[in-house]
Amino acid sequence: MDYATLLQILDSTIRLATPLLLACLAGLYSERSGIFDIGLEGKMLMAAMCTGAVAALTGSVWLGLLAGIAGAVIFAAIHGVASITFRGNQLISGVALNFVASGITVLIAQSLFHQGGRTPPLSGGARFNPITLPFAESLSGVPIIGPLYSEVLSGHGALVYIALLAVPATWWVLYRTRFGLRLRAVGENPASVDTAGISVVRLRYAAVVITGILCGLAGAYMAAGLQAGFGKEMTAGRGYIALAALIFAKWRPWYALMATMLFGFFQALALRPDVIKKTVGFDVPVPALDALPYILTVIVLAGFVGRAIPPRAGGEPYVKER
Amino acid sequence: MARIPRWADLILVPLISLLLAGVISALVILAIGQSPMEALTTMVTGAVGSPYAWGYTLYYATSFMFTGLAVTVAFHGSLFNIGGEGQAQLGGLGVALVCLAVPWPHWTLALPAAIIAGAVFGAAWAAIPAYLQARRGSHIVITTIMFNYIGAALIIYLLVNVLRPAGQMDPATARFPAGAALPTLHELPILSAIFDKKIPANVTLFVALIACWLVWLLLWRTRLGYEIRAFGKSEPAAIYAGISPFKVTMLAMLISGGLAGLMSINNVMGESGRLLQNSSEGAGFIGIAVALMGRNHPIGVVLAAILFGILYQGGAEIGLWTSIPIELRTVVQGLVILFTGALDHMVRMVLGLFFRPRRLEAA
Repeated sequence: MDYATLLQILDSTIRLATPLLLACLAGLYSERSGIFDIGLEGKMLMAAMCTGAVAALTGSVWLGLLAGIAGAVIFAAIHGVASITFRGNQLISGVALNFVASGITVLIAQSLFHQGGRTPPLSGGARFNPITLPFAESLSGVPIIGPLYSEVLSGHGALVYIALLAVPATWWVLYRTRFGLRLRAVGENPASVDTAGISVVRLRYAAVVITGILCGLAGAYMAAGLQAGFGKEMTAGRGYIALAALIFAKWRPWYALMATMLFGFFQALALRPDVIKKTVGFDVPVPALDALPYILTVIVLAGFVGRAIPPRAGGEPYVKER
Repeated sequence: MARIPRWADLILVPLISLLLAGVISALVILAIGQSPMEALTTMVTGAVGSPYAWGYTLYYATSFMFTGLAVTVAFHGSLFNIGGEGQAQLGGLGVALVCLAVPWPHWTLALPAAIIAGAVFGAAWAAIPAYLQARRGSHIVITTIMFNYIGAALIIYLLVNVLRPAGQMDPATARFPAGAALPTLHELPILSAIFDKKIPANVTLFVALIACWLVWLLLWRTRLGYEIRAFGKSEPAAIYAGISPFKVTMLAMLISGGLAGLMSINNVMGESGRLLQNSSEGAGFIGIAVALMGRNHPIGVVLAAILFGILYQGGAEIGLWTSIPIELRTVVQGLVILFTGALDHMVRMVLGLFFRPRRLEAA
């Protein structure tokens, strides 16, 4: 593999890893607060449809983004009501909402546009246009590092940089703010948080809404960044890969960045079977690459490469003692 | 939380959940500018209006009985097997391998072999998540989700690179020999008087009903069933009573995976006659809804499976004859799962308000 090919693959790694990273951080907030969320997939899908539809109708990607966030937050709120207020089974609620999202996105898109459940193709201001980072032109001449900066890092849509910035931001919120401390505490031992006079319910709702917002960004990027418009089931299991990445990262933000970049790299490789064949010398079947994130996650879950221990109160509804 | 009588919990709660899901679906249909009444009539005529329609409804119901039972057995051991999808597809692989390996002379010989193969392959796919749960404490929900995707990738690889006959374009196995074709209800004596046209519902329906009876026997009439239920109710109590958590987890998941794998007799052997990509078509997930709706009892599972068969077939008819997309049925399924599985406390709370005053009067 020559350097130019590597740069191409790294470039698509960043593009493909962005929705995974946003969804993974989304899951991180929810699960750290003790609410399991296997509905990341559905929220992303809902956001992708809302973004695709509103961006197509108004021609503005930013209005589309707002609609996407709103769509994902509504689903997050339903999950919150079911799992926080009514103390329902969080896993079942997630499965159910994935179903609802899968169907209702097609229903709405079809009734709005009559194009077989898709939204019309987006172009121009209705998409996230590439941003050229400062000095990308002038630095491109620098050997090795220059092209890495100008071709791989520069030239992505705004959400890619927002996703990358969300990693240190999440770290800071989680480990350096009062809200973060309480959030982590409520996922480990909600009773102690309650004893300290802080509302468990309010904290968990806050976490679930943040999850919705981040899923909204992920879905918006799917519809208006990675692709040009919404299509049926376009997230294609990315919500579950993000969930896998979250476990792989053991619920920590910087590791989430690494895990999603790794999984994004696999996806980028799967698009270039010719390169794999040249590099390793034999045909690696594409399904093997598709399955790799899941296999790695199972190995991590099995505790063979350090143990992945979820937040202790995860999945359990909190009942105040009477 | 308000206590409600047992009969209300068993019958009223699922019915009200279904009603709520129906009302919201009707609102969704109204919101996209279509007529809920038209949808309902299309669904009812298309799913239960004729023997031909029942032939499709029962075909889907057969698959859902197996996946519903799979979820039920695991649920009783407080294990949430969300991997029915992968286990069913792997079961399909087992069925396909057996059907293709021997030039079967008659279906009565092929069926038992396929039952064993489907169950063994399905159980094998549940074995690793079960072992990881029992020995390493990995969460079974997450591992079974991962195994759904790993299984799908494995099947795609095998169909494209290994099992596809030379010269065939679409990723599928060769057609099974004629001797491995299961008779449909239309081809059986007596029943052919009712079902006068070619329909997909086949003898697997009776296998599914027998499986329901066997699961009932297992759960409420055997030592193992007692152990599974005791373990599901309280793990520490079960351990104190000398029940091995490892054994119960493994056996419950193996039986669950085997039941999911058995679904493939219906669709792979009974209907398509060859193994296709994504053969389970979401039936593994619908099994969750069936088990929830059927209150984790085999009789409930049979009824709920027929209900979901009606929804599934009726949804297809809606997609065919009205301008409402077929995806409506996914929405309805999701809503039923949401109300029966996640918002059940809400339904109980509301019902509790109705039952409390009467009890006070009696006292």
